[in-house]
Amino acid sequence: MDLYQQLILEHSKNPQHAGLRDPFEAEVHHVNPTCGDEVTLRVHVEDTPDGPVVRDVSYDALGCSISMASTSILAEETIGRPLSEVLTTYEAMKAMLTSKGEDPGDEEVIGDGVALSGVGKYPARVKCALLGWMAFTDALHQSGHSTETTPIPAKEGTS
Amino acid sequence: MTATPFTTEEVARIRADFPILARTVRDGAPLVYLDSGATSQKPTAVLDAERDFYERLNSAPHRGAHALSEEATAAYEGARERIAAFIGAQAQDVVFTKNATESLNLAAYAFSNSPHPGIPGSERFALGEGDEVLVTEMEHHANLVPWQELCRRTGATLRWVPVTDEGRLDLSGLDELLTERTKVVAFVHASNVLGTVNPVAEIVARSREVGALVVLDACQSVPHLGVDVTDLDVDLLAFSGHKMFGPSGIGVLWGRRELLEAMPPFLTGGSMIETVRMEGSTYAPPPQRFEAGVPMTAQAIGLAAAVDYIESIGGVDRIHAHELALTERLLAGLAARPWVTVVGPSDLESRGGTVAFVVDGVHAHDVGQVLDGSGVAVRVGHHCAWPLHRRFKVAATTRASFAAYNTVDEVDALLTALDTVPQIFGMAG
Repeated sequence: MDLYQQLILEHSKNPQHAGLRDPFEAEVHHVNPTCGDEVTLRVHVEDTPDGPVVRDVSYDALGCSISMASTSILAEETIGRPLSEVLTTYEAMKAMLTSKGEDPGDEEVIGDGVALSGVGKYPARVKCALLGWMAFTDALHQSGHSTETTPIPAKEGTS
Repeated sequence: MTATPFTTEEVARIRADFPILARTVRDGAPLVYLDSGATSQKPTAVLDAERDFYERLNSAPHRGAHALSEEATAAYEGARERIAAFIGAQAQDVVFTKNATESLNLAAYAFSNSPHPGIPGSERFALGEGDEVLVTEMEHHANLVPWQELCRRTGATLRWVPVTDEGRLDLSGLDELLTERTKVVAFVHASNVLGTVNPVAEIVARSREVGALVVLDACQSVPHLGVDVTDLDVDLLAFSGHKMFGPSGIGVLWGRRELLEAMPPFLTGGSMIETVRMEGSTYAPPPQRFEAGVPMTAQAIGLAAAVDYIESIGGVDRIHAHELALTERLLAGLAARPWVTVVGPSDLESRGGTVAFVVDGVHAHDVGQVLDGSGVAVRVGHHCAWPLHRRFKVAATTRASFAAYNTVDEVDALLTALDTVPQIFGMAG
């Protein structure tokens, strides 16, 4: 079925950057109470002259293929990147997943995340795909970083 | 067992009574509804009964003296009599609630609201430090969390009976768990996950020896096995209407009369009072004491229609026989698939029509999604029995649960759809 693209199955079978590592500034534990899926996630963010950079996202997850793949893609798309870019990726992932299937996702922004575009059509599974991302943004908060993104300026001529 | 499963023709006639079963899902797949353990579908007779109430009788029962109110009161109380008879009870011992969860909370709050100065005899419900409440590891959260909270409020201690690898209660340590300190024993009649039917008589007998009150969660047994409160000999019993072809928003707490009379109210307000003064109030006798506010009148009437419907198709014995035949076929089909593990008894001994299973290496959510793609509706997750899933070291299971309207073909449709799971997830199927 269209939901289970090869990329999702590969990520869920071989989750990238899995395992809990040091150093980290914050560790969070999130659960999906409807199905019992769990993730423990750590973030390591380094402040550099050019702004904060995500140095590591490490995790221990138990869940369905959608939540496992989404957390694996999260680690792949965020480690080593400036926090500002990472937050744009997060917003784009969230927009795609909650679009009821309208937003196919932009590969330039969310990379392998586009493989999860089919999830939007199944409201019951959106929480699965967002579990790792919610844990990630919570961990960022707890490590003292804002997760607000700079609003994209409205284009001229649009209302 | 003398009752026989429904014939193909009989099931076809039953299915015709449930309009929703004719619909398709997910781009045209016929609906294969195997989630009646969560909630059953509703026959036209129940829908008509609710609609008829609103069209002809709608008014608030037990209030006012106008003609409609009198007729609504008669219909509401008539429904109580009908439902009481279905479980071998007297109408005045049947309390209508929103659902079984509310029934069980009503029971739990009777203990922490005791002793109540205005309710003679309520001292027998009072709990405190040193007292114990005994539950089991296979409880639905609705028959676990209210008792956890009761213990927190009162200082009593919660204990629980463990579950064996086969999915049955391990009663070998019962002498240590059930003692003079035990004041309440609350357990499920038929597990909503494992399908296990628990030995009520044995647990009741042991509870009586120590003077503990017995509360039975009968949500899965009233619709599928049938219960007679006199035979069961428990003290309080809870079930929901929506799992037995009835509407949502109606449940029942049955209680032994002398206990209901000694129980303090749970929800308070209109209709449940005897006299009200600014300084304080006194309360009506049961069942009104426990039915605050304008009641779920149409829902009670709908539930009575559901009871009539169950009897019109041959009664609970035939429903049970039918569901067991489907269960046998499903268990055999799953046993033939070595990549599937059933969580719960693998035989039909003391069992109901609920089958939970795990596919090796594939999360239940993914299994359910694949089945849903073929129109097969099952429940996935922990089914509100998280500790039970922890005990079996699984995060989630896939659960099929049967009702009178399910067919042999639907069991086969489940198995056929299940066979695509190993292909999709790249296992050696």
